[in-house]
Amino acid sequence: MTTNGDTAVQVVPVRHFGRWIASFFAVIVVAMLIHTLLSKIPNGQVACHTVNAVRTCHNVVNWRFSWNVVFHYFTVSEIIHGLGLTLLLTVISMTIGITLGVAIAIMRISESRLLSSTAWSYTWFFRGTPVYVQLIFWFNIAAIFPLITLGIPFTHITFFHLNSVTFFTPFTAGVIGLGLNEGAYMSEIARAGLIAVDEGQIEAASSIGMTKSQTLRLVVLPQAMRVIIPPTGNEVISMLKTTSLVSSIGVVDLLGAAQNIYSATYQVVPMLIVASLWYLAVTTILSIGQFYLERYYAKGALRTPPPTPIQRIRSDVRGITSKFRTPRPAKESR
Amino acid sequence: MTTPMVSAKGVTKSYGAVDVLRGVDLEVARGEVTCLIGPSGSGKSTLLRCINHLEKHDAGELRVDGELVGYEARGGKLYERNDKQICSERAQIGMVFQRFNLFAHMNVLDNITVGQIKVKGLSEDVAVDKARALLERVGLSGKEANYPSQLSGGQQQRVAIARALAMEPKLMLFDEPTSALDPELVGEVLDVMKDLARSGMTMVVVTHEMNFAREVANSVYFLDQGVIEESGDPAKVLSSPSSDRLKLFLSKVL
Repeated sequence: MTTNGDTAVQVVPVRHFGRWIASFFAVIVVAMLIHTLLSKIPNGQVACHTVNAVRTCHNVVNWRFSWNVVFHYFTVSEIIHGLGLTLLLTVISMTIGITLGVAIAIMRISESRLLSSTAWSYTWFFRGTPVYVQLIFWFNIAAIFPLITLGIPFTHITFFHLNSVTFFTPFTAGVIGLGLNEGAYMSEIARAGLIAVDEGQIEAASSIGMTKSQTLRLVVLPQAMRVIIPPTGNEVISMLKTTSLVSSIGVVDLLGAAQNIYSATYQVVPMLIVASLWYLAVTTILSIGQFYLERYYAKGALRTPPPTPIQRIRSDVRGITSKFRTPRPAKESR
Repeated sequence: MTTPMVSAKGVTKSYGAVDVLRGVDLEVARGEVTCLIGPSGSGKSTLLRCINHLEKHDAGELRVDGELVGYEARGGKLYERNDKQICSERAQIGMVFQRFNLFAHMNVLDNITVGQIKVKGLSEDVAVDKARALLERVGLSGKEANYPSQLSGGQQQRVAIARALAMEPKLMLFDEPTSALDPELVGEVLDVMKDLARSGMTMVVVTHEMNFAREVANSVYFLDQGVIEESGDPAKVLSSPSSDRLKLFLSKVL
């Protein structure tokens, strides 16, 4: 490299012409989208006015996407109540699913053949049958087992019994059905996380005298979390929408409430937009939560944690404003 | 005569059809440094891992501090020890690995205190004081809050030594502690080990550092194909080897 003393050398960055052209088209597509969303269409009616004995008529127009209807129903109590049920179902089912999933994953990698084959069979069965069928099954379980008792098998000694008809309400059946099904999927996610942890970590934990359960709790699981969280976030978001299946067993969740309203008003698309906007809003909040959770569990794995969105926006703004200042010349290294 | 810290008599170990150890005899006296040398696949690491029961030996007698490793002798029978007993045995034996194996999700301080708190049941204050003292001893004061990924290999290995020492072990095992290090970082780790040897720690070191063996070890064992080929005083074994295999080995590594 030539030495130029302290003379500054102007650096010209690579020009990305392709990106400029693509950005131009992207702007056009976004503009078209906004235009469509805000457009109005004639609804087939004609309105006429008589002003000063002159009669004028024009076509009545409505929002293409009936935003007035969407806005009106967005926060009605049926929808908000349905949203509450959807969130409750998601939280309880995912709690059952994650707890069960981690337990089954630990059983699956156990040295005990009994535990590992039990875990395998569980995953095989609950992953292998449609969740819809499982929901209907739990809903109808009272017909098969009217009374559930805990006692010593093949004797008449019982400690505890449960009336299926009163216990398995649509909500309980929904939570159990979704939770047990989710446990099967979560177990594979948790297992992927557990086997991703380096064998050396387990040996090191053993070498300082940690028991197997301490090793699992203090060393393996915290490191497995890094691998477990992204697909689990996926599962939570997927569960948020899968809960809508419970409307088939009579639970009026968010989608169910929207359906109830449009079956009376025939405003099908606006009501589906109402439900979808709520699903999108919750998904957005969940995604933000996932980002920060991932960041927390990345400690130690990355030398510098990824910037938060706010940090990124700040550095982007700094980058843009600096373009309008005089470019700082780079000094050639000597 | 005091019991040796480690004694092995006819220890064997095989993985399937591969015999890794084929009757190994070894004795490590208290306060002494023993180096295990030999070509890769000779069984030196396996022997080391059998000593703290990371691997189970198949046959032969292996004792640490007079106690059988992994078994209890009662009434002429050997009872296999349960998990908890094996853990308390291991807590008294420190081990340093080739790949450091620091807990990646914990900072340096937590790496050194976790065993003291969770295994030995010490209070956090006591554990932290001890950790700071050990970090100073290995020359890493001020690195408490760093994560392993932010340290060089040599620094990580010194933290790993501190982590093992925090358990106040009666015996330290080193499994090729400098083999994964850049050449210029080897010295700092060997210095810590030499300091440890001078302080009277009983050490068993699997190593390729012949100068370390010559300088620090009280005895050297040369393993080849699962048996001890030659052993004794390092000056004698390394300078005037009698077996052809050791001659060949030394000609390659020196």
